[in-house]
Amino acid sequence: MDNGLDLDIRPRLPRGVRLVHNEAHGGWVLLAPERVFKADAIAVEIIKRCTGEASLREIVEDLSKTYSAPRERITTDVTVLLSGLAEKKLLELNPQSKEG
Amino acid sequence: MASTPPASMPAPLGLLAELTHRCPLGCPYCSNPLALDAPQTELDAATWGRVFREAAALGILQVHLSGGEPAARRDLVEITAAARAAGLYSNLITSAVGITPGRLAALAQAGLDHVQISIQDSFAQSADRIAGYDGAFARKLALAAEVVRLKLPLTVNAVMHRANIERIGDMVELALKLGAARVEIAHVQYHGWAAANRSVLMPTRAQVERATALVEELRVRHRGRIVIDAVVPDYHAKYPKPCAGGWARRSLNVTPAGKVLPCHAAESIPGLEFWNVRDHSLADIWMNSPAFNAFRGTAWMKEPCVSCPRREQDFGGCRCQAFALTGDAAAADPVCHLSPAHAVVAALASVCEDQAYRYRQMR
Repeated sequence: MDNGLDLDIRPRLPRGVRLVHNEAHGGWVLLAPERVFKADAIAVEIIKRCTGEASLREIVEDLSKTYSAPRERITTDVTVLLSGLAEKKLLELNPQSKEG
Repeated sequence: MASTPPASMPAPLGLLAELTHRCPLGCPYCSNPLALDAPQTELDAATWGRVFREAAALGILQVHLSGGEPAARRDLVEITAAARAAGLYSNLITSAVGITPGRLAALAQAGLDHVQISIQDSFAQSADRIAGYDGAFARKLALAAEVVRLKLPLTVNAVMHRANIERIGDMVELALKLGAARVEIAHVQYHGWAAANRSVLMPTRAQVERATALVEELRVRHRGRIVIDAVVPDYHAKYPKPCAGGWARRSLNVTPAGKVLPCHAAESIPGLEFWNVRDHSLADIWMNSPAFNAFRGTAWMKEPCVSCPRREQDFGGCRCQAFALTGDAAAADPVCHLSPAHAVVAALASVCEDQAYRYRQMR
């Protein structure tokens, strides 16, 4: 998959994918059809912002401010994570933006 | 009594809830035991609700509502709602026979997270013959469309054996056409009814090799469109599978009558003492049930497993298979090329007989 994601997409978790916190399994996990993925602290901060409301541009901006990190690096990290999740059908990239 | 496992004991992830052994289909590879639980022994919905709450407290994240055909339970919606109320992620594992659109909508409303529908082949005539049920294929396609219409995530499960293994590509195409986000290509595991039909189901080595290569090719071709998960055909493998992720490590299975098993085939091993949810809490069973502790960890192992560098990786393979093929449940799974009984597997894998199926049925 190529790295460039459109900054106007509004990514969100599809129905059937949920991010939950679970003590017994040591923190945050992403629950998906018959699968469970551990989410590290960085992934959690990114996934929590994928509500379908915020654009990728806004997510990057927010993370960049919150963690005082350069926007380019954040963009790369977020893009890699989101592309990987989308490939596993754990995330909808929603290129058509908000409607629908 | 302690209600949570000690740090040294991993918390389970999944609960396979066999709600009933009743099923309209007769698939000859069914993983249920030959001795099926009778309807009058089934746990009621309230007990399932308690089991789900105990499961969540134990750390279990997902429940697989299965069977038999779970839709044979009239109270399936109530049971599904109880799983959601307990905070569990719910997967419905269904043949699709017995679920009307109205009932599916009620299940979605009750909080069902995901639906898995089995298909037996890529076209009706063969699929219905394998299922032993005329018209099943058409009903599956109809329910799959309904699942997608309700925007529930759909997985198509296709069990592979000699009669359909040549159509893996067609079945993946069908799954795509139906709108599934995921397809499981699961080679038959020879337990229960499948063991009774082994020589009729067994694919040839050449078929398995082509199928394995094709699945890899399909994964690349459909990357980003559909996730292809595969259960490998272990009779033709070099190393055994870590059955259920290791005995008593990741999951547990509750039978329709409430017996708790480390895996669905565990009752095939004689001498194990299983506890029932009617008598014990799930946490008590997970930690203290003799059956769960029988092969937990690595202390029970013999050679070649005990000194094997892969012992924490494949956990000696499948205990049920070890017993079924060697008579010793603590032996290495003979699928492993290091097992002294490995020749047994090769011999069985080479026996392909074209006879009538022994269809799964309740006596």
